Amino acid sequence: MKNTESTAWRFFASVKLALFTLLILATTSIIGTLIPQGKPPEFYIEAFGPRTAMIFQMLDVPNMYSSWWFIALLLLFSNNLIVCTIDRLPNVWQMVVLNNLDTDPERLEKMPHRQVLHARGDTAALAEIAGGLMAKNGWKPQSENNPAGSLLFSQKNAWSRLGVYAVHLSILIIFVGAIIGLALGFKAFVMIPEGEATDTVYESGSSKPIPLGFTVHCDEFNVSYYDNGSPKEYLSVLTVKDPPSNKTFTRTIVVNDPLNFKGITFYQSSYEPMRGFHISITNKADNTRQNFRIPFGEKIPWPGTGIEFGVINQQTRSRMGDVAKIKVWFSDGQGEPSIFWLDNNATETITSPAGSYEFKARQVYATGLQVAKDPGVWTVYAGCTLMLIGLYVAFFLSHRRVWVYISKEENTDRCRILICGTSNKNKIAFEKEFAALVECLTHDSTFQNA
Amino acid sequence: MNSSQLLGITTFAYLLSAILYIAIFVFRANRLGLFATLTTVGAFLVNTVGIGLRWQESYQAGIGYAPLSNMYESLVFFAWAIAIFYLGLEWKYKNRILGAFSMPFAYLSMAYASFSSQFGKEIKPLVPALQSNWLIAHVITCFVGYAAFAVACGLGFMYLLKDRKTKQASGSLIASLPELKVIDDIIHKTLVFGFLWLTAGIITGAVWANSAWGTYWSWDPKETWSLITWFVYAATLHARFTRGWGGRRIAWLSIIGFFSVIFTYYGVNFLLSGLHSYGGG
Ligand code: HEM
Repeated sequence: MKNTESTAWRFFASVKLALFTLLILATTSIIGTLIPQGKPPEFYIEAFGPRTAMIFQMLDVPNMYSSWWFIALLLLFSNNLIVCTIDRLPNVWQMVVLNNLDTDPERLEKMPHRQVLHARGDTAALAEIAGGLMAKNGWKPQSENNPAGSLLFSQKNAWSRLGVYAVHLSILIIFVGAIIGLALGFKAFVMIPEGEATDTVYESGSSKPIPLGFTVHCDEFNVSYYDNGSPKEYLSVLTVKDPPSNKTFTRTIVVNDPLNFKGITFYQSSYEPMRGFHISITNKADNTRQNFRIPFGEKIPWPGTGIEFGVINQQTRSRMGDVAKIKVWFSDGQGEPSIFWLDNNATETITSPAGSYEFKARQVYATGLQVAKDPGVWTVYAGCTLMLIGLYVAFFLSHRRVWVYISKEENTDRCRILICGTSNKNKIAFEKEFAALVECLTHDSTFQNA
Repeated sequence: MNSSQLLGITTFAYLLSAILYIAIFVFRANRLGLFATLTTVGAFLVNTVGIGLRWQESYQAGIGYAPLSNMYESLVFFAWAIAIFYLGLEWKYKNRILGAFSMPFAYLSMAYASFSSQFGKEIKPLVPALQSNWLIAHVITCFVGYAAFAVACGLGFMYLLKDRKTKQASGSLIASLPELKVIDDIIHKTLVFGFLWLTAGIITGAVWANSAWGTYWSWDPKETWSLITWFVYAATLHARFTRGWGGRRIAWLSIIGFFSVIFTYYGVNFLLSGLHSYGGG
């Protein structure tokens, strides 16, 4: 394979290219944090002048993270990763599955960690004893007996060599997840006034309608506040109706706790006060109660009772139009009509010659829902998990190997015992482990230091 | 005792700790060694109790959240993480001179938290978007990573100092610093540790964003800068284990990387705008 490799292959397999791409990605990413993204063209003309704005548009700077050149950089990066992996993985795989009992005795003599001992006896019997001691020390050995000598081998975490590739693969998995999300998912938005339902949401940016295939009804929206007036919780009660599956259910959502149905997720995202009110009137004489939803500034009758009422004025507390107080006009046809100010969401008791009533008013809100379908998100999360596991393995685990080679010494009745080992990482820790193994063998009276 | 008094004491205790370690380095006042370590451990404990008390106080105020939710609280946690990380290093390498290059960061973080007027220090109720356990996981993982990067930056300076002085003449001051090879090794291990936590920090942030807004990645400036920082450290690590970079170059990269961290953390909140603007409050 080596001599057929083209220059292009070498180029895409090189880590130099990876360093270059990483640094280019890092520097170009800065642009989008300095120049506001996703604004209308006029914004850039105003802020940077027409000439610069034109260059910006040409280079897609206003949406740089989805521009052709940024995507091209990401493709280069992925390509680099894939080629580099194909280039190296076979060798690494060889290392993982290697039969280390085949190791040439000459190579054993050159291992970074070595110790030579001596013992009397024949090689196979000594190998038996040494093997037992190795196992006791946590190195369960495989062995092979030859006329020339006996070789024992044991290793730990051979598979940890694949950690790096798990990390690299995880990056590609995350990209795949992102692409699945872009291709098959959507990001959308919808405003649903209380008491109303929708079966359509609107794509972010383009506002293209997207049919849901089921309906979402907003039963209620509520903001609660802390004592200092800052918002504590935005809450919507939603009812989902799905005629095909005959399913209807109601669920409360808040920020950070969305609703998911059929792969589509609804996030509490904003709200809008509407020009309308929920009114509830109770006739205290017979405890009859009636609920109304009324617009602002209209006279509304309660049929069959002679009662008429309306909201004739309001005070808002924010530019959005949250109502703080409303002015109510109320008459049951007896005596003078009552006119009074009432806090939003408060109750007032009205007395007239004919009886007394409890009057409650609450402004109507619309809940703003972010709607997302992202079938790629679990792929992305799987990639993230793999990345963390891979990083841990790549950084903190090492492939450690030890051999014990027992051979007849020429012209004596002794055997020579070579203990040797190597670790692909974290040599200092391995040195200690190796010393412990040697110690364990020399501790047995069979083996003596050379 | 309330948490702000305790955290005030923490600030001065870290200052004392930093001064002691610098004294050990500059005046070779090795007698101070045990005192410096005890001061640091004490400061760390006061810092811990301070954070715990603030947590409790937030419950008493009827708000109840882990104190990791604004600029002030994250700086306090940053100092805490630097201190524990450094104590771990001191214990592992039995070398107190590392403290002269690490503990000043813990002090600076606490000092900035205590004395800056850019952000509020009071316990304020959390806006709905911040009420998430993922936020807690996000802040902890990020700041453990940042703490390692702060220490790596300090050790980067240490390396360059030793390297320059060794070339001129073997000054006695510099001789007390660990061997270049040893510093290089500690920097590498620290960067590797930080990188793992930064990765976890970015991931937990993405999960949080997804549970709050339905988008795990939206290229807002804070996210983008954390990714830039991640790229810088990824490049640094690759330069080391595949191209054999080490020594001065890695020392410089550990300093540059930390500038990127500072920008992600501070610059984005105060110089750029974005989703994370809660930090400016
Ligand atoms: C930002 C994305 C990347 C991350 C997070 C990453 C992560 C890692 C990690 C954790 C290691 C193992 C380090 C160790 O052995 O201690 C590694 C090694 C390596 N990476 Fe990456 N990497 C990335 C991008 C790339 C790219 C684009 C290439 C393309 C050529 C590449 C090529 C390599 C090579 C050749 C090694 C050494 C493998 C070996 O020791 O056999 N990396 N990478």
